[in-house]
Amino acid sequence: MAEMMYWEAIRRAHDEEMANDPMVICMGEDIGVAGGTYKATKGLYEKYGPERVIDTPISENGYTGLGIGASFLGVRPIIEIMSVNFAWLAMDQLFNSAAKVRYMSGGQLTAPIVMRSAGGTAHQLGAQHSARMEKVFMGIAGLRVVTPSTPKQAYGLLKSAVRCNDPVYINEHELMYNMKGEVPDEEFFHPLEGSDVVREGHDVTLFGYNISVHWCLQAADILSKQFGIEAEVIDLYALSPLDRAGIAASVRKTHRAVIAEEAEPCVGVGAEVMAIINEECFFELDAPPVRVSAVNVPIPYNHTLEKAAIPNANDVVAAVRKMFGK
Amino acid sequence: MNVADKKRLLREMLFARRFEERCYEAYVERKIGGFLHLYSGEEACAHGVLEAARPGDDYVITGYRDHIHAIKCGADPKKVMAELYGKETGSSRGRGGSMHIFDVEHHFMGGYALVGGPFPLAAGMAKAIKMKGTDQISICFLGDAANNQGTFHESMNMAKIWNLPVLYVCENNLYGIGTRIDRSTAVVDQYKRVSGYDIPSAQTDGQDVEAVYKAAKKAVDYVRSGKGPYFLELMTYRYRGHSMSDSNAYRSKDEERMWSKRDPIILLRDRLIEAGELTLDDYKAMDTEILDEIEDEIIAFAEQSPEPRVEELEKYCLAENDPWVLGGGR
Repeated sequence: MAEMMYWEAIRRAHDEEMANDPMVICMGEDIGVAGGTYKATKGLYEKYGPERVIDTPISENGYTGLGIGASFLGVRPIIEIMSVNFAWLAMDQLFNSAAKVRYMSGGQLTAPIVMRSAGGTAHQLGAQHSARMEKVFMGIAGLRVVTPSTPKQAYGLLKSAVRCNDPVYINEHELMYNMKGEVPDEEFFHPLEGSDVVREGHDVTLFGYNISVHWCLQAADILSKQFGIEAEVIDLYALSPLDRAGIAASVRKTHRAVIAEEAEPCVGVGAEVMAIINEECFFELDAPPVRVSAVNVPIPYNHTLEKAAIPNANDVVAAVRKMFGK
Repeated sequence: MNVADKKRLLREMLFARRFEERCYEAYVERKIGGFLHLYSGEEACAHGVLEAARPGDDYVITGYRDHIHAIKCGADPKKVMAELYGKETGSSRGRGGSMHIFDVEHHFMGGYALVGGPFPLAAGMAKAIKMKGTDQISICFLGDAANNQGTFHESMNMAKIWNLPVLYVCENNLYGIGTRIDRSTAVVDQYKRVSGYDIPSAQTDGQDVEAVYKAAKKAVDYVRSGKGPYFLELMTYRYRGHSMSDSNAYRSKDEERMWSKRDPIILLRDRLIEAGELTLDDYKAMDTEILDEIEDEIIAFAEQSPEPRVEELEKYCLAENDPWVLGGGR
């Protein structure tokens, strides 16, 4: 088991899938000659050439559509959107073409594309480079959404996404590309559905995904050491479809739930998890579920304001303490 | 094109007209729902271009005015009509409707309802063809108004820089829904607009199927030879409104009369009669035969076909039993 960075894990998955299948290509802005903004495709241009590692013009909707059209004929494109903020421009092709074509063709055509992009707030990138859009993608029927919280997931989810016959959106995080973690040496395919219990506990369940899994783990540590509260932490690496059974099973055990999300609360992951809890196990609850979410503003540039807009581990701790009256 | 080809094309175009006009009736009878965009008046475009290509082998994609392109590619008209009726036997199993006819077996890759949506999809199909190294081409039919979408410019640029085997056919019927082209578009001659991307182009009479064929032959040969994309503009006119919900009040009767004098079917018919290859009686017999076929076979099939089952509402949304969803072989 080797330790590698999140970006290295993504790069390895690209490399292996491109070596495995000549129909796998990758495309995006600056991914070829420049090696990718987050190095996810570093060295692949030299190895696979310009026909398979494609530096695109800055035309997100156009090249997303091009990837989708190519996928109709058996090509497996991995489409990188440099920053998720720019994915707004590609929503037409992703939602109207890729997500709907299987259904509206009665199962004749499918668009097995992968779109991946850096989401989340980084450091003072301002309102138009700090979007958290996973909630938008997960509302679209016909599209799978996954979001890796570790290098191992980043590797295994991309591997499975490339081979899956559905369009898959992978939500990465600007601040996680240099995160280190263990990735199996042997080839590994991560499931695109389900969730992981990353810490066992019996007092409360903390639900996180992507970066907020790490807030939950830190919070669980603090809660255990300082307040004697044993939190279970669930990693929702699949946002669409969400793991109803896994969510309900944990709440039936702990009877309490806190959902941590970096996005604004409205129509988000927290809202959806709460709805699932209500539908599946409402009468198991000992307290109302709570969301820890961003403040509903465009992300400010100013450092102090930016920090105030985004939740962190301390906010998760505070939410749990309030729930327990401690 | 020899005489037999021309007679066959005449029959195909007359069939297309009768098919579409029968759709009109079925819509009025409320057998067909939703939006319905008819191709009447524009028949020479699809038929002339695809006659010069390899329908069923080349990949074809278009917008929502798509019934006739699908049929010319080889789709069974019975299944197309059944789709309009929303039946399980329809070309998209009743899930698509008029704007989403698909027949992947015959490489008709679909009708799409977002104006300009197919531009990049067609470029992508051309990219796949290029990767596979076959001599097929990708053909995209869209109307003039689609050229005001960003996808037009983005796709022309990419098709050119990557030298993709794609033929863009612009069916210029002079109106974007109800707005006349000179009121919406800075450069009215559409073929000029791709000069900004250094893509060769031509403009031709879209009502004369022989002229369309000739221009398309040149375009298809160019693209198939590996020289890159080509843009062909065909000047045409739709007889009906944009869709069935269109009152058609924005066009003058004089203008409509002028275009009806250049009807693509009558043009070819009269040319064949003048050459002594066809009589008016032959034509009338052909028409009767077509009307009978539409009524006795096509409409009957659509009427008698079963509805999709509500139990299968969620089918076709995601791939079924895809092993990679569960992590594959690990």
